[in-house]
Amino acid sequence: MSGSQLQVELVAADRLVWSGEATMVIARTTEGDVGILPNHAPMLSVIIEGVVDVQTADGETWVAAVDAGFLSVANNRVSILSERAEMSHEIDLETARHDLERAKSSGENDDAAHEAVRRAEARIRAVELAS
Amino acid sequence: MALSVREYRARIKSTESMKKITRAMELIAASRIIKAQQRAQSAAPYARELTRAVSAVATFSNVDHALTTEPENPRRAAVLVVTSDRGLAGAYSSNVLREVERLVEKLRGEGKEVDLYVTGRKGEAYFRFRQRRVVQAWTGFSDQPTYDVAADVGATLIAAFISDDGEEPAEGAPEGVDEVHVVYTRFRSMLLQEPTAVRLLPLEVVEGEERPGEADLLPLYEFEPSPAEVLDSLLPRYVQSRIFFALLQAAASELAARQKAMKSATDNADELIKKYKRIANQARQAGITQEISEIVGGVNALADAQAGSE
Repeated sequence: MSGSQLQVELVAADRLVWSGEATMVIARTTEGDVGILPNHAPMLSVIIEGVVDVQTADGETWVAAVDAGFLSVANNRVSILSERAEMSHEIDLETARHDLERAKSSGENDDAAHEAVRRAEARIRAVELAS
Repeated sequence: MALSVREYRARIKSTESMKKITRAMELIAASRIIKAQQRAQSAAPYARELTRAVSAVATFSNVDHALTTEPENPRRAAVLVVTSDRGLAGAYSSNVLREVERLVEKLRGEGKEVDLYVTGRKGEAYFRFRQRRVVQAWTGFSDQPTYDVAADVGATLIAAFISDDGEEPAEGAPEGVDEVHVVYTRFRSMLLQEPTAVRLLPLEVVEGEERPGEADLLPLYEFEPSPAEVLDSLLPRYVQSRIFFALLQAAASELAARQKAMKSATDNADELIKKYKRIANQARQAGITQEISEIVGGVNALADAQAGSE
């Protein structure tokens, strides 16, 4: 099963966000950003709140903001699982900025607060990258 | 025939307006059921991918995880009961609760104590009325559950499960559980929904993916950062997704049960109206007959009186 394209699925808990062919996928794991090209070795890794960047087979690029989840790669099939995932065009920039302000100004310093900040930042970054 | 025509008319009227209500509820349930099924379908890819990932990890690494190990001698079990928030769904909630009672009976028979966790107001009310302790209840979403709710329920159950490490808990601390069961209603078809009890924790991971074809042998995954850590974040999500699945199934079942119940209510109202109409007509005719015979009797009496005076 070697081809020059990746079969990508971006799946949120309640829906399939995107699926199709791509030439490259970039996602942020707990260890840092990884880029996946066709014929990548099978891998299963934990991703954190961040941006997923995909270059589709027809040369376009799309960006999505995702929550913590997983990335699995095998036989040129890439599945990105996340409890929540939003494509950049689905994100409302104003709301995201507002969320970031609130998360930062809440003054709390626990994991949940950091998560909220990261999530909001990821959404804003997704929109900025896409535009 | 004790009632007057007027009273029957009033009954017909009220039955008719009741019928309008049940008819409307039937239609609402019918339209929501499609949405509920769609939701269940769109949640399927996530569950499928997650199951694949879990079985991949289980197959390729020998990592024992707190969520998969069987406690040596289970003393305490948690039961998550999935019921509806509202009634008017026929025997939907009582079927689930009957299944729960059976499971609780069985667990008690095995010498385990049972902690109850409930979703849906009907279940909560049932146990409160019987003064049985419910550890935690979640309400207000039974016909359209979101993933956030499932995540919350999952986190609570996992916490209860993890906190039991086989040792005696400190005095006063909430006791952990050794196993977690879920009772929900499985949506088989529009006509058939059956209450089902499954054991959620400890997890029984189905080992091995579906038999691979020769062409694609099972890939030898690299785990990042490590198999243990991947499993650590994978399993809780797997549990949550199973709970989400149960909630979605229950939602679809609830709507199907409601549609069925409301349909038979509407049919019954139809029949009642027919019956009342018949009785009302009889009463009306009896009234007319009586009036006529009174008039005839009155005329005869008058005629007799006149004949006598002449």
